Amino acid sequence: MTPNQTDKLATQLINFLVAVVVLILLFLLGDIILSGFPHISWHFLTSPSSSFSAGGGIRDQLFNSLYLLILTLIISFPLALGSAIYLSEYAGDNWFTGLIRTAIEVLSSLPSVVVGLFGYLLFVIEFHLGFSILSGAIALTFFNLPLLVRSIEGSLHAVPDSQREAGIALGLSNWRTIRGVILPAALPGILTGIILSAGRVFGEAAALIYTAGQSAPILDYTNWNPMATDSFLNPMRPAETLAVHIWKVNTEGVTPDAVSISAGASAVLIIVILIFNFGARAIGNHMFKKMTGGK
Amino acid sequence: MQAYDLSQNHIVMPPEEIALSTNQLQVFYGSNQTQSMTDASLSFPRFQITALIGASGSGKSTYLRSLNRMNDRIARVEGEIMYRNTNINSRQVNVYEVRKHIGMVFQKPNPFAKSITDNITFALKAAGITDKKELRERVETSLKEAALWDEVKDDLNTSALSLSGGQQQRLCIARAIAMKPDILLLDEPASALDPISTAKLEMTLKELVKNYTIIIVTHNMQQASRISTYTAFFHLGHVIEYDKTTAIFQTPTMQATRDYVTGHFG
Repeated sequence: MTPNQTDKLATQLINFLVAVVVLILLFLLGDIILSGFPHISWHFLTSPSSSFSAGGGIRDQLFNSLYLLILTLIISFPLALGSAIYLSEYAGDNWFTGLIRTAIEVLSSLPSVVVGLFGYLLFVIEFHLGFSILSGAIALTFFNLPLLVRSIEGSLHAVPDSQREAGIALGLSNWRTIRGVILPAALPGILTGIILSAGRVFGEAAALIYTAGQSAPILDYTNWNPMATDSFLNPMRPAETLAVHIWKVNTEGVTPDAVSISAGASAVLIIVILIFNFGARAIGNHMFKKMTGGK
Repeated sequence: MQAYDLSQNHIVMPPEEIALSTNQLQVFYGSNQTQSMTDASLSFPRFQITALIGASGSGKSTYLRSLNRMNDRIARVEGEIMYRNTNINSRQVNVYEVRKHIGMVFQKPNPFAKSITDNITFALKAAGITDKKELRERVETSLKEAALWDEVKDDLNTSALSLSGGQQQRLCIARAIAMKPDILLLDEPASALDPISTAKLEMTLKELVKNYTIIIVTHNMQQASRISTYTAFFHLGHVIEYDKTTAIFQTPTMQATRDYVTGHFG
């Protein structure tokens, strides 16, 4: 074969592989959204779920998923940002940082059921947090940390050293350079990490069954006191998320419309993830432009 | 390349007022403390351009980066660096202040991923200058001094990364001189630029030297002879010869210098 032919062959093979991936994705997305979309209605989105009769909605589960995501990010993002800055900017290459990196890798390969059971024993039972959003958020932080730390570290690392030198040579401290130059330049990468981890939080079920629980008590969306038991802001209440709800409806649902609820909820879950994805990118691009002058 | 006697050297003391000088400067790198600079004692005259020349690995960049303590975290630097009657190579000295007085421009243009204005004001704000009018003035004067103002005055809020390489390098100079330093260190500032941008940069330096003391590392011997008053020739971590630029290029004293400037090695 001539080099030209081999090149053509390789290109075709690569195109084929990409097509397979895209097709699988499109098929999954299309199937879930098409089969779920007819079941989505204003009523479905705004009424609480019902245990036995038909016509239940997913209002509380949808809210729980979003609230859990926010709580998880509040806990995990600062931790991850700090560790990533340490690993990328301050730490040398020695046995200690090697240990940290290995620990992070091990953490990222833990099965979610194990994390869930661990969270159940430690937070729910030992620390008396009970089945609560807080327990769930802490358990999800375990998942989030490796992903976030590594993606943030990666994007900090991708900022050329010449930028650090430029800052230092102007009499700036290390920290000032990191905060004012390195972090803004790394923002798009950091955002990608957040989006990836958010998708994982939205979709996680196994770890939440044992920590955030499977019940969705009726919430009062007008009660803004986070200490009140029926307040939607109370982090100590049990909270079934959308993903857990889908799992439950499919395994032990006794409502006559369980199938359509599960299809509708799946479509909503995917749409919410897409909205979050695009929204976070749009906000991130806006911030990046503002901080960097647009290129 | 033949072996030269590195213990022999010819170093003059400029009669002009001295802005910065080093005494027995030595640099050691890495865990096995490899010595990459031996006993460099040079004095740099005020408001003059001094060129540091030599082949790759001669230690000229290492020496330059030691002058504003940029080697602090990578190497051990011993000896004295005298600036305004103070040894700035001592632990007690505030390195951040040192770098405000001795600015630096690097080989590859490295503007921040920020707007042109922010590139200049970022360090000024960090240094405590908050007055909007003062910041605006500093941006304008530094860009004018760096001969970039006319090209960018209408695009001050666009990203510095949209500038050409030569413009970026002049922005880096503007950024450095906005801090109002005494001394500018330039580490092969034109090596990534095309001939036209290089000529512009050299013209800018000739203007700047009226107000700043400039020390420039260069690979390019024509450049050194075009713009500098004094030239130091480095070889294998030693300063072999330091004299008026005309002397270095026309009547060098040392054999190694003669061979280098006539193109026998390097």
